[in-house]
Amino acid sequence: MDLTNVLVDGFRQAFGTDAVVFALAAIGLNIHFGYTGLLNFGQVGFMLVGAYGMAIMSRPCPDVAATQSAASQIGPCGQPLLLGVLVGIILAIILALLLGAPTLRLRSDYLAITTIAAGEILRFVFRADVSRPITNSVFGIQQFAGDFFGVNPFPDGSEDRYFGALNYSGQQLWVMVVGWSLVLLLTLWTWSLMRSPWGRVLKSIREDEDAARALGKNVFSYKMQALILGGIFGALGGMFLAMSTQAVNPDTYITVRTFFAYVIIILGGAGTIWGPVVGTFIFFFLTAGLDTLLRELIEGGVISESIIATEEIGPIRFILVGLMLALLMAFRPQGIFGNKEEMLLDAR
Amino acid sequence: MRLTWPSPGRHRSVRLALGGLLVLIAVVLSPQMAAAQDGGEAIGVRVQTPGPDAVRHAGVAAAITDANGEQVASGVTDDNGEVELGLPGPGDYVASIDPATLPEGFVPRDGVVERETSVQAGRTAFALFALDATDAEGGIIDTGTPGERTFADKLESVPQLFVDGIKLGSIIAITAIGLSLIFGATGLVNFAHGELVTLGAVVAFLFNASTAGPQWHLIIAALIATVVGAGAGTGLEVGVWAPLRKRGVGLISMLVISIGLSFIIRNVIQIIYGGGTRPYTNYNIQSAIDIGPISIVPRDLWIIVLSFVVLVAVGLMLQKTKIGKALRAVADNKDLAESSGINVDAVIRFVWMLGGALSAFGGVLLGTTEQVNFNMGFNLLLLMFAGMILGGLGTAYGAMVGSLVVGVISQVSTAFFSVQLKFVWALVILIIVLLVKPQGILGKAERFG
Repeated sequence: MDLTNVLVDGFRQAFGTDAVVFALAAIGLNIHFGYTGLLNFGQVGFMLVGAYGMAIMSRPCPDVAATQSAASQIGPCGQPLLLGVLVGIILAIILALLLGAPTLRLRSDYLAITTIAAGEILRFVFRADVSRPITNSVFGIQQFAGDFFGVNPFPDGSEDRYFGALNYSGQQLWVMVVGWSLVLLLTLWTWSLMRSPWGRVLKSIREDEDAARALGKNVFSYKMQALILGGIFGALGGMFLAMSTQAVNPDTYITVRTFFAYVIIILGGAGTIWGPVVGTFIFFFLTAGLDTLLRELIEGGVISESIIATEEIGPIRFILVGLMLALLMAFRPQGIFGNKEEMLLDAR
Repeated sequence: MRLTWPSPGRHRSVRLALGGLLVLIAVVLSPQMAAAQDGGEAIGVRVQTPGPDAVRHAGVAAAITDANGEQVASGVTDDNGEVELGLPGPGDYVASIDPATLPEGFVPRDGVVERETSVQAGRTAFALFALDATDAEGGIIDTGTPGERTFADKLESVPQLFVDGIKLGSIIAITAIGLSLIFGATGLVNFAHGELVTLGAVVAFLFNASTAGPQWHLIIAALIATVVGAGAGTGLEVGVWAPLRKRGVGLISMLVISIGLSFIIRNVIQIIYGGGTRPYTNYNIQSAIDIGPISIVPRDLWIIVLSFVVLVAVGLMLQKTKIGKALRAVADNKDLAESSGINVDAVIRFVWMLGGALSAFGGVLLGTTEQVNFNMGFNLLLLMFAGMILGGLGTAYGAMVGSLVVGVISQVSTAFFSVQLKFVWALVILIIVLLVKPQGILGKAERFG
């Protein structure tokens, strides 16, 4: 039994590629939920369209003497990755417009249920056999991010490992460097946006929608802009998830991911600039650390296999996530570092 | 109007007793259940000849190999053409069938005898193998695909699908009434409602089919599950929601808390019950009754009948009894109800008890038609929401009508469109209704937003 493994695994996840993905999605969700008070439970849908938009544009074209599955492929292929990123962003904007038009005028619980339904509709449609020529249904799309790893400055042999015990590969390090830079950039952008008059209108909508309307602000339009912006950030998160694994699969984009993003922004403090980033660190450190801790305790014989079997570690992690969500929301809704004034979105 | 209800002093003891009972059940059952569980990850292999008259093939040898090419599981398909093979853990596997064991006169479609399958933690993945029939010279007979059916064929299958839809819809309705009444009485959108459904199904499984349980008949097990569901609903209200309301926690916060609760309950159930999908011991194999174009097994007929009896009973209760009237008064205007002497807290407790009992009962019905799984309630939740919003948020009758519509749309759509998209249509209808008539089919017009 080695308890330093707990710290090592915790830190590896807290800075790793998954953390980048969730930090991006959470920054977007923070604009929706933290600043504007929009209860978007379909953030994973934005991640999905971003990832698939990029993957479909940049996937390898089928060979002439191709297998049956590749021969039936239709739609674009072999485009530059940057064009794919652009398409992913455009798809996120379209999704936000489609989603927002019917629901942003309604009560927030309607928005919650509609967005959660939209995310599941997208997943069902993308994994259906009828979508096979475009999305390759349940088999997903692989090997489309060659452009991105082609410019990777870090040597990526089997011998090249980075940050000692954290043991990242060259590819992972490249994803992390670009990803965390983007997180920093978007965080600073969000900060400047929220200080601007535009951002203050968003906050006023969160505090009292009717008051904002009475002051002549077009509340619907502002909400829509917030939904689009946060949706684009979510799409970028989905793209990093796709790039880091070089694969997209519809069943990656399940509703639970949106809930994780909620835990993250509530942990860090909804409606705060650094909340999503801090929340991501804490969330991944705790969940990965707990996994390893339990595993070490079982292997070390401290906890007997009959009390907690190894395959029960997954459910236990989810129970921890649920506890964090429920207890924080009940007793400290402003999060660990948040400001109570920023979490008064409950009048409606 | 006076309602008799336990005085506040007795709640605490009731709460403690309930909590203690639940813990006791968990402690007593968990070690045996852990030993009895299937493990978690699995691949279901199915061998069939697709087409309008799909034929499932029994006796085909199937094997799973892991990423290193080592065989980790093998088996032979049953009469349903399926075999579920347990795996050592999540990951990428190759499922294969042995061409030598295929039935006479059939060949694998396009020569495919291997499928790469990736399995996520705690999930069951599926590998489908299609076979083509061959004629005497070895040429392939085109059995046709669903896309080649004529429109008349599709229309012919509608009555049967309509009845299937009524069955699904009435199960959704039973579970959605509680969700809707809770929303009406407290304003809470309860994301943990699906877990009450799972709880009912799993408790019935423990008493009916589990080797660690008493293996009673399903009817007794269903009654016990309904009582446990009522207790769980009341327990949640008394132990969680009433204190939160007293603290002045807002509705949006409570919605998020209910998501956390659903995580907790679902995964506790997974630890106790395991990741497998298993049937009850009663009512599995029955011969169908033919009524005109419709063929239905007695079990499904009983599900529809029982559901409608329960729905009518709930409707009568709401219209005729004192507590029903009080309930409607609270849903209409809480403050006015309170000032006219209704004990609002008692009414809300009653709503939770009723909602818990109905959900658990619906869970048992769902378990008899689709087998029991720790995720079944969560998967049903979106359909419950769709039914509730379609009919009109917060009204019991709306939830009934909306749920039936959701069930029928889902099933009938499969006559014309892919079966994989059947729930998509229900959700698309939901969004269209929100656009056109946000208050739902039976809802009263009021200003939103």
